[in-house]
Amino acid sequence: MESKINIDQVAKLARLSLKPEEKGKLSKDLENILAYVDLLQELDTSKVEPTSHVLPIENVFRKDKVIESGVRNFVLDHAPKRDGKFFKVPKVIEGL
Amino acid sequence: MEPYRLTLKQAREFVGKDLSKRDQLLDALVRRVNDVDPRVNAYVHFDPKHISSQKQAELKGPLAGIPISIKDNMVIKGWETTCASNILKGFIPPYDATVIRKLRDAGAVIFGKCNMDEFAFGSSCETSAFGPTRNPWNLDCVSGGSSGGSAACVASDTAIAALGSDTGGSIRQPASLCGVVGLKPTYGRVSRYGLIAFGSSLDQIGPLTKTVEDSAILLNVIAGHDERDSTSAEIPVPDYTAFLGKNVKGLKIGIPKEYFVKGLDSEVEKAVRAAIKVFQDLGASIAEVSLPHMKYSVAVYYIVAVAEASSNLGRYDGVQYGLRCEKNNLVEMYFETRDQGFGAEAKRRILLGTFVLSAGYYDAYYVKGLKARTLIKQDFDRVFEKVDLIIGPVSPTPAFKIGEKLDDPLSMYLSDIYTIAANLAGVPAMSVPCGFSLTGLPIGLQLTAKPFEEGTIFRVASAYEATMKWNERKPEL
Repeated sequence: MESKINIDQVAKLARLSLKPEEKGKLSKDLENILAYVDLLQELDTSKVEPTSHVLPIENVFRKDKVIESGVRNFVLDHAPKRDGKFFKVPKVIEGL
Repeated sequence: MEPYRLTLKQAREFVGKDLSKRDQLLDALVRRVNDVDPRVNAYVHFDPKHISSQKQAELKGPLAGIPISIKDNMVIKGWETTCASNILKGFIPPYDATVIRKLRDAGAVIFGKCNMDEFAFGSSCETSAFGPTRNPWNLDCVSGGSSGGSAACVASDTAIAALGSDTGGSIRQPASLCGVVGLKPTYGRVSRYGLIAFGSSLDQIGPLTKTVEDSAILLNVIAGHDERDSTSAEIPVPDYTAFLGKNVKGLKIGIPKEYFVKGLDSEVEKAVRAAIKVFQDLGASIAEVSLPHMKYSVAVYYIVAVAEASSNLGRYDGVQYGLRCEKNNLVEMYFETRDQGFGAEAKRRILLGTFVLSAGYYDAYYVKGLKARTLIKQDFDRVFEKVDLIIGPVSPTPAFKIGEKLDDPLSMYLSDIYTIAANLAGVPAMSVPCGFSLTGLPIGLQLTAKPFEEGTIFRVASAYEATMKWNERKPEL
């Protein structure tokens, strides 16, 4: 399988701002790992169902009930930045 | 005997209902940590204040007053939990994981948080942001990983017992390298609520202990259905200690022919073959079996596990907790926080996972991996129609030197070649000590059973341990 990894594109999808000095080694590592993973191509899986999960469980339901979690302040206590009862982040919408 | 040397069972007898004995045990262990751990580095968050605040006025429950150490990826209310990553430094969880709640309900004292590979990504504990945990049997060697801290603290008697987590061998491989007993239960046996996710379809919490009996005692406490983890199974939990001390006569044990191949260290092979002979002498019947797709397990794992990891680690963005690198806008903040917060191995896996899930590659890699996973699971189903248990090596080699494999990810990944398949198939597996190399490094034996038949593992492992008594040898520290 042809799979020359475009490290910049994958890093963008993964939301990682890789430093230039990181890119060479990481992209070489990924190529090596993918070359190894290509071992799977010799397997005929045309009649095989995929297994994403080993337990035969689907749609586990329970009654929806309102309970007091009491963690609001605790959760905000370790926010990197907060404003009262809100998490504070840099500006999201440009031009305002 | 110094109280820190006690097994969990012995510690329970030592403490009884006596508060002063409990304090004597805890004090002895704290002194032992201060004495030994600066060299081993098994603990990342250790504070005697946390221990004294848990001293109940009354001792009750099956683990009353017994200290248990916890891998740093299980959340403990009010106690910094970091997954040994810079991105979570300063994160103080607002709740207890279900296993922590169960330990507390059983009377246990949460003793300390153990070192690990960052986000459990590794087989040597070297990717930790807190530096590597060293092997108590040879401080120049790795402890194994990712639950290296949990294995090393039990081996060095700085813990009575510990919990680890296992996604591709992260309990069994360090247990093998450090000479302790490590059990990965069946997927769904133990609640994952409060276990910081790596590969959600593979992760499972389990005990690392000095003896097989201790492992059964601890599994009794932590196993069971939890409505907060919809993947925990609604299957009754037997008393696992009832399987101990039984003989193995008539039991059918399978030896996969694929296990004894190139890459397996000759001393490991010798120790495993000697163990097979012991089971024969104890009256078990041995049969050769085949797991034809085992050789694909590492490749499947480095698609499926990294795909799940890249998705699970999407939540670390600097908004709600942990590290934040301030930038002028939100998106730049995400990018910079993640670049600075994650170490090299975490980045490798996030990138690889993102790639195999990306448009154009999803079917070729991710779906292909899931289909090969089916074939691996079917191998086990077929073998378990014929035998009760599979035995073989845990790690292809004894502990390797610190730094030896750090720059070669693929060679590091291949150190999990014998352990990964159990996670892909969801079956329970244990590492139990089965000897030492000529240089005095421990070797582990892997016992793998049918789903939810941990009892068979306890039965066989306890018969073996009682015969060989490898657990009586201790590292000099």
